[in-house]
Amino acid sequence: MTLAALTDVVVDYPRGRALGPFSLSLRAGETVALVGPSGCGKSTALRLLAGLEAPTTGRVERTPGRGETAVVFQAPTLAPWLSARANVALPLELAGAADACARADAALARVGLASHETARPAQLSGGMAMRVSIARALVTDPRLLLLDEPFAALDEITRRSLADDVLALWSASKPAIVFVTHNVEEAVYIAARVVVMTRGPGRVAGVFETPGPLPRPPGFRVTPDFRATVEQVSAALAEGIVA
Amino acid sequence: MRALAPFVLLAVLLAAWEIACRTMDVPVYFLPPPTAVGAALLANLPTLVAAAWNTLAVSLIALVAASLIAQALAILTALSPLLDRAVRPLASVVQVTPVVAIAPLVLIWAGLDHPERALVALAVLVAFFPIFSGAVAGLRSADPDLERLFDLYGASRWQRVTRLRLPAAVPFLLEGHKVGAGLALIGAVVAEFGAGSGSVRGLAWLILDAGARLQTDRMIAALVVLGAMGVAVHAVLERIEQAGLRWWRGR
Repeated sequence: MTLAALTDVVVDYPRGRALGPFSLSLRAGETVALVGPSGCGKSTALRLLAGLEAPTTGRVERTPGRGETAVVFQAPTLAPWLSARANVALPLELAGAADACARADAALARVGLASHETARPAQLSGGMAMRVSIARALVTDPRLLLLDEPFAALDEITRRSLADDVLALWSASKPAIVFVTHNVEEAVYIAARVVVMTRGPGRVAGVFETPGPLPRPPGFRVTPDFRATVEQVSAALAEGIVA
Repeated sequence: MRALAPFVLLAVLLAAWEIACRTMDVPVYFLPPPTAVGAALLANLPTLVAAAWNTLAVSLIALVAASLIAQALAILTALSPLLDRAVRPLASVVQVTPVVAIAPLVLIWAGLDHPERALVALAVLVAFFPIFSGAVAGLRSADPDLERLFDLYGASRWQRVTRLRLPAAVPFLLEGHKVGAGLALIGAVVAEFGAGSGSVRGLAWLILDAGARLQTDRMIAALVVLGAMGVAVHAVLERIEQAGLRWWRGR
């Protein structure tokens, strides 16, 4: 079942074309990574999928209703004046849900922050703040989860453990995930399908199915299949940048 | 040592002033020595404190009024782009008009029997702008990605203002109130001068009254009290701002 689709979308800004023509179809429960050089329009494509922006031309189809789409941004984007719990509860409270606090605490527990409900964002490390941001995205049980270079500002160890966390959370409730990154390894690790984009305005430079099960088993990063796919995707990316 | 430096300089300046007055036989009505000012300060302490309180009360009432009006207007401009267009140029007009120039008019409107109302109104005019412009800037300072989240979750305009833009504006509001409070005090004093003697008996009235009698020592004593009050108000607001920011940031 198709959950969301972009068909020949083009986005023009006053300073020039940002994206397209670009197409992407997303099935329910699927994990897709968008990889491309900086400024190729990855984030723009994500905002189209979120319904936060309209294309200049082309078609956007979205089946998730209000509150069924969640976005995680590059920065944790937490309100500094709210506790971790209040930040996570915010989407529920905006929708008028009654049990917002209890559900927020449960979401925090799912990302391993059970004892940090009352902490303010300033008291959390970068990785913990990103977990709060992920908890806020998951608290509404979205059908579509969009992640816009969420780990770009974090160190390699934290990135890797968060990638495993995202996949574990995905296997629990199976939302469709679109993961934007410029890190090829991360893309191949997290997604069943990697869409490589050309330099901006981005088009599709190649689509790759990744091998192996999701979530990834321990040691997956050193398997020949994984390495080979990373090399293929990297080559397509390099070609897309030159083209 | 560093903390003592300004006091040492002050002591040296006062000593030089005292010695100069005594050795050069400066007439007391022209420039009284610091000891004479000190004596005047002690002798007139009850009047000075009462006058300082009158001035302070006017500026505090004005600060509260300016705060309410400025924030209400800023929220309205945040809710409606049309109101934003309408209000902001007028707010700038209020800012660029000197308070002494409006004082006579406001005094007439307030009526001869209620000069204190005019003083409050004039101090409000001066304190209004920094709070308003701080609030307007603060209401636009929320993280654009947080604004997008509010779009995504279908927040109403009211929710967006109360749950996102107002709390995001807190640091700007604290700064605006700090500046506004200092200006309210200055506005109150300037308005007292505009109102002239025989009106509310604040510090400016005391200075005018003493000047009319050539009691220079009393004039300077009133100035000293005014300066001390300004420093105290600033220090209190600085503390409030720091505490507010610590609460807002969560550390």
